[in-house]
Amino acid sequence: MTTIAELPPGFADKVLSAQSTFRSVMDAMARPGSVQRIVPMAGAPDTMMRGTAAIALTLFDHDTPLWLDARMVESSDLVKWLKFHTGAPVVQDCSIASFALISDGTALPQLDRFALGTSEYPDRSTTVIIQVDSLASGRGFELRGPGIDGVATLQASIKPFDLFERLRINEALFPRGIDVVLVADDAVVAIPRTTRVVSKGS
Amino acid sequence: MNAPAYNFAYLDEQTKRMIRRAILKAIAIPGYQVPFASREMPMPYGWGTGGVQVTAAILGPRDVLKVIDQGSDDTTNAISIRKFFAKTAGVATTTATGEATVIQTRHRIPETALNENQLLVYQVPIPEPLRFLEPRETETRRMHALAEYGLMHVKLYEDIARFGHIATAYAYPVKVNARYVMDPSPTPKFDNPKMDNCPALQLFGAGREKRIYAIPPYTEVVSLDFEDHPFEPYRFNAPCALCGAEDSYLDEIVTDDQGGRMFVCSDTDYCEGRQAAGHHGSLSAAPYREKAGSHG
Repeated sequence: MTTIAELPPGFADKVLSAQSTFRSVMDAMARPGSVQRIVPMAGAPDTMMRGTAAIALTLFDHDTPLWLDARMVESSDLVKWLKFHTGAPVVQDCSIASFALISDGTALPQLDRFALGTSEYPDRSTTVIIQVDSLASGRGFELRGPGIDGVATLQASIKPFDLFERLRINEALFPRGIDVVLVADDAVVAIPRTTRVVSKGS
Repeated sequence: MNAPAYNFAYLDEQTKRMIRRAILKAIAIPGYQVPFASREMPMPYGWGTGGVQVTAAILGPRDVLKVIDQGSDDTTNAISIRKFFAKTAGVATTTATGEATVIQTRHRIPETALNENQLLVYQVPIPEPLRFLEPRETETRRMHALAEYGLMHVKLYEDIARFGHIATAYAYPVKVNARYVMDPSPTPKFDNPKMDNCPALQLFGAGREKRIYAIPPYTEVVSLDFEDHPFEPYRFNAPCALCGAEDSYLDEIVTDDQGGRMFVCSDTDYCEGRQAAGHHGSLSAAPYREKAGSHG
């Protein structure tokens, strides 16, 4: 059994580390497809990448119901770490989650099972954070939409392979929809609901 | 007592997390007003409590902050907010648009074009563009949900019916990313074209009304108009009396009780920069000269 004292630590400097991490995530959200780096590091429990841990410490608290995928929920150390450092309640029902953490993309639930927001309050939707293999190499994706000057290209190795096909539900749902944050180690890329994939290579 | 009396950038961390989450959703849904739990700030409503909270949530120790009020770096409101963050966050401040990484603004967009490394934070009094047409929040929410903006076009049409042209001169409504009609805050409509396809991220904070909204970089922002009455930015037909600029937004300054007046750039940094570069206008002071023989 892990005691609190044995848990990996949070940020060394809570205030400035959270600010720096937020700016990386904000820049990622404002410029979809661009790869931003998360600089401050916290101790990360197993199955959680460094970048994901930093985002959790920056954005999660008692106001943000959290949904974890099966692999994460099985790790009692990870659940304890989240509970101790963020206080975010872990929920079973992903349709009420503010954030969802996905460590195994192949087991990503149907996206319409997450909160999509309402027409009056489209902001009440789940932000899905998916840990991926790489945001530097892999298949090429061409993205268009607000925040992108013309076309942005993203090289990424992502599971599920059909993530962008699945995200096409955002086209019909808008302004409701799912916002996705992709994390690979300390790299982060955001795909807000306004981003469209125009073509992809191999 | 060794501990500082307040947190970095004044707000506590839980408040910053809440504002940061609202900012991320605002960016993801361009032009949509995200409700947020606005806090009491140590300044009255109307002095930019919304903009200050947004700035406090994004500001880091390496940022360089510029604050403008109606284009001016030198008014009470601008100086107070600049000093507030210099004191609570220890950030560097500047009046030069090009040097700033975060620009908080009350009702102007700088004349100098913004770049990708800058953030523009607007102070917003009434974020809801439909509010004066429909006072009920439940109804304006429904209208945004349905993209039912006919009422706004009726308002602009009534301008034309009454005055012969669209008489709205500030807070001129825009449509963001072809979806949400948005209040650009009470900026002169002269500034509306600068919002379109802007390289900088634009964030809007309304403290009393508890709303945050955003325009991501490179996003289409269209001023509402009609085919036969297209949108036209307005500026006084005069050069700046101090720097001679013919492309900047001008303030009208009454100089006496005989009808005398002068027009000067509203953007003080732009005007000073032009004067330093040697431009001058009709009322510029004569260039300073050493007295004859004093250096002989």
